[in-house]
Amino acid sequence: MGRPRTFAKFKEVQEELARSGSAIFRDKDGFEALVVRSPYSIEYIHSYAEDSPFFLGLAEKKLLGSRCTNPACRFVYATPRSHCMACGTPTEWHPLPLKGKLHSWTTCRFGSEAFLKETPYNLALVEFEGAGSVLLARLKDCVEKDLYVGMPVEARFSDAPKYSITDLWFVPARA
Amino acid sequence: MPARTRRPTPRRAARSPPPRTPPSKGRKVYFVTGGVTKFAKAHPAMDFRLMVKRAYDYALKDVTNLTSDRIDGTRISYFSDHFSRQLKAASMVQDYLGMNPKGSVRIEWGGATGGECFQAAYEAVASGRMDVCLAAGYETMSRVATWKGNEFIALASDTNFDFPLGGFYTGYYALMVIRHIYEYVRRGKFAHVKDEREAQRLAIAEAQRVMSWVSVKNHINALHNPYAQYPKRVTVDDVLRSEMISYPLTRDQICTMSDGAAVAVLCDESRAREFTDKPVRVLGVGCGTDTMRLADRPFGKVPLFPHEKASDYTNLSYPGVHSFRAGRAAGLEAYRMAGITDPIRQLDFIELHDAYASSEIQTYEDLGLCRYGEGYDFTTSGAPFLPHLDYGLPVPEAGKIPVNPSGGLIACGHPVGATGLMQGVFALWQLQGRIGKHFGDPTLQLPNAKRGAIHSHAGTGSSVTVSILERGY
Repeated sequence: MGRPRTFAKFKEVQEELARSGSAIFRDKDGFEALVVRSPYSIEYIHSYAEDSPFFLGLAEKKLLGSRCTNPACRFVYATPRSHCMACGTPTEWHPLPLKGKLHSWTTCRFGSEAFLKETPYNLALVEFEGAGSVLLARLKDCVEKDLYVGMPVEARFSDAPKYSITDLWFVPARA
Repeated sequence: MPARTRRPTPRRAARSPPPRTPPSKGRKVYFVTGGVTKFAKAHPAMDFRLMVKRAYDYALKDVTNLTSDRIDGTRISYFSDHFSRQLKAASMVQDYLGMNPKGSVRIEWGGATGGECFQAAYEAVASGRMDVCLAAGYETMSRVATWKGNEFIALASDTNFDFPLGGFYTGYYALMVIRHIYEYVRRGKFAHVKDEREAQRLAIAEAQRVMSWVSVKNHINALHNPYAQYPKRVTVDDVLRSEMISYPLTRDQICTMSDGAAVAVLCDESRAREFTDKPVRVLGVGCGTDTMRLADRPFGKVPLFPHEKASDYTNLSYPGVHSFRAGRAAGLEAYRMAGITDPIRQLDFIELHDAYASSEIQTYEDLGLCRYGEGYDFTTSGAPFLPHLDYGLPVPEAGKIPVNPSGGLIACGHPVGATGLMQGVFALWQLQGRIGKHFGDPTLQLPNAKRGAIHSHAGTGSSVTVSILERGY
């Protein structure tokens, strides 16, 4: 191994790093910067804490929102919160209907690195009868041209739960 | 949201609280000089310390009598530790600039990091804690691959409920604009179309065309800004034909990852006159926030500017996911402090946070340049365009209130911690009448610009700052 190979284009530097782990970038003034590959990975001990019942519920094919226990408020959150945002009172778990409507939607042709292999995928904000806020979820079994605001959808749950929000998704509602 | 849903009624307090104390402006604060590195996809030959140093040295050279020993302390901003895998990196900027042992703190507030840093420096001077404060910001986003960078940014969304679904900020803004289009274009221009799906398709196509106008404007403005990352002459068709990233947003309607740094020096009135004969006063500051999760945004009433009426919005649930309540709140606070009651007439230009062409249009409405629902027509009226440039588009009202004369984030780039400060520096030069000096091209200089606004915005509008700058000479 001698000196790393030298490049004037950053893209070529990136390619060289993938091959050999080091490269030299020469800028317009002739300055040479040494660039090395520096991997980093980490596993978190992630607790769902107060949100836990929601994720345990998905594994039992239940969709839980939360409802404010203040009799003067009773706000229903489709994405559960353990305390009410409007009045600060604790909420209680509140089953949501398994059918809803698209409040908004998109089809992602690109995504973060972790999700690139899943593209294209649809994201949907789903609204439910009786709930005052909405829920973000994946929308499957349909493509971009099928989608519209107000479209009826229904929930599906994974048979092999991974204890993630991805244990839940929506599909177009059957007529 | 479903109109039948009851909105929460806050629990009534036994006694109503005393009214909020009117904002104290403290000491008058002036913005005297700034510097920006050219924003680029990558600056591999400079790390974040050197980028900030270059911007800082540039700023010192542009004024008289200002040397490092005159600076009482600093506020240093960058968004993510992930990008450089260097925690407490602001300390390394502080010591590279030779600022120890003066006071400093790192500022982070998502995409609004730079705007917050500017306001933190304002507060240091207004309160009297410092006479001269340096605000410095940077981001080196090239240190990871683009799609990994998107992942880091998406980690600024709820990691229980949002990120695992495909965490992708362009996707979140696409969700917001699809609803914006539904509220205002489907229920507006296409209200007469009976077939719901057809009406929505027509509305989206119309909005995509108008969003492309914003992209054309900002890219063409940037042709005259040597600091910009992506200046280019494009047409509406080019923008529409660029790669679809997250429907309905195409690549040319979205800002990119960048490396860059920017600094701003703020000080009290007597020192301002010593450093420059062209100080710019920070006349008002505002900041607003909203829920981290889009899904939690309420469906309530619009907080009104003095020039609006409740009857303008009788059937509108606000903000939902279609508008940025944080932007409205920031505007309300900043305008009140600056005495602005009619922003179109009282502001000469705005540098606003156009991370997406959609959010520029949404922000016109948040900042009261037009009413909610009028953002698309406001765009095609030409009002936010510069009067003397050729965009290849009919812009009869061009120059009414130029927005992003510099090219904005879409064309200049978005090195997060630097962006809000970059807007400040471009606004400073604009108000000093020195665009020609600093850009080497006077094209973007607005004649007789006296007052402008800068606007910095964090993920899905979870926090927004607005600062009002006025010529102080």
